[in-house]
Amino acid sequence: MTMTIATTIDEILSGLSQGARPIAGGTDLVVGSRQGKGTLPEHLIAIDRVSELAHIEVGAETTRIGSGVTHATLMTDPTIVASFTGVSDAAALVGSPATRNVGTIGGNVMNGSPAMDTGAPLVVLGAQAELASTSATRLVDLDELWVGPGRTSAADDELCTALVIPNRPESSGSAYVRLEYRRAMEIAIVGAAAAVTLDGDAISSVRVALTAVAPTIISVGGLDAVVGQPADEAALAAVSEASSEQAAPISDLRASDRYRRHMIGVMARRAVEAAARRASGETISVPVNRALGVGAQS
Amino acid sequence: MSTSNPQAVTLNVNGVPYPVAIDTSRTLSTVLRNELGLTGTKEGCDDCECGACMVLLDGRPINSCSYLAVQTQGREVTTVEGLASQDDLAPLQRNILAAGGVQCGFCTPGMLMSATALLDENPTPTEEEIRIGLSGNLCRCTGYARILDSVIQTSVEINS
Repeated sequence: MTMTIATTIDEILSGLSQGARPIAGGTDLVVGSRQGKGTLPEHLIAIDRVSELAHIEVGAETTRIGSGVTHATLMTDPTIVASFTGVSDAAALVGSPATRNVGTIGGNVMNGSPAMDTGAPLVVLGAQAELASTSATRLVDLDELWVGPGRTSAADDELCTALVIPNRPESSGSAYVRLEYRRAMEIAIVGAAAAVTLDGDAISSVRVALTAVAPTIISVGGLDAVVGQPADEAALAAVSEASSEQAAPISDLRASDRYRRHMIGVMARRAVEAAARRASGETISVPVNRALGVGAQS
Repeated sequence: MSTSNPQAVTLNVNGVPYPVAIDTSRTLSTVLRNELGLTGTKEGCDDCECGACMVLLDGRPINSCSYLAVQTQGREVTTVEGLASQDDLAPLQRNILAAGGVQCGFCTPGMLMSATALLDENPTPTEEEIRIGLSGNLCRCTGYARILDSVIQTSVEINS
């Protein structure tokens, strides 16, 4: 077994084309190898020192978050907190400070867990993954990237180099809330993200995505009826009902399918409510879980 | 199965360069303990849950049980052995002893590393910020209150 420490993207792509696998913080890969989920790859290429992967660039139409940006950065970076707050909410809930220092958004996305925290906020914000190989670079919608638990449509020689998010219109807000049993080193029991844009008091657009209730992160469809309505009790009830209906949860040691189906409705309602409050200009500190008393409290 | 083919690397730990030849699959905690003899770093769960293995990598806490040792080359690792000076405990170490924040002691090195990083980054943390800073460290003896007290006391001393 070998590890090469890369300093450029070209070096990584060349390594991947020859069969090496990427490692950033190793918080999924190394732990997974000991839990019997898989073995460590024979050839690893460390990607955590490639500075081009660690940038956040705000463009005219999109913001590009390098795949090597850590959760610790996402939860405090002024651009992400101000414009893509749901991503910050999620990053702040990942693992512990130690996990957040080395764990990256690219790792979270490409690990493909249906319980990943940053996935649902990226979906509601319309993010695409930028995948690069020695021969091409392409943008992939996240619902086409994730094809099952722990599986993506990326080829073995492709590296996720960035997540690209359309810049948000005025009067927009986003949020991610998670049902959890403890405040650190937790995996979502269920989670929900929402992105809301307001026109006055009325919702002009709303997207909701759900964590840990299906083989991949899923978007909630059929929310057209709440567009044009204020984010009031009737709208929130409709979001809650649609979310519970469209969830396809499993039972496992952490929760039953019935409990997950019920609670995903509660989380979705709270996510939309928080996103709408943020869209109206209210500051709710990151993460929403702590600010609003959702999830485990100390 | 991975083939056994040691990589020659130099690990920088507590300011000392250690040239070692280690299998790539070895985690930092096992190399610190078994190759370098730095047994202050503990292995509790070996699964990134308990924080007993916490060390600093370029000043920021990581779980050394789940970080491959060869990936630290060119970076600076700090373990609990690196906190005290020749003659004196670090203020945080003195305060955790004085506050009764050490019982069985197994979590203590990890707690010290997380709290050291926290105070370096934020010398005036609120109690909530301390709780978040230590949230990756489990203690089954103290109930945490006295550990919190020792971090608060150290913060007061730093700022006076």
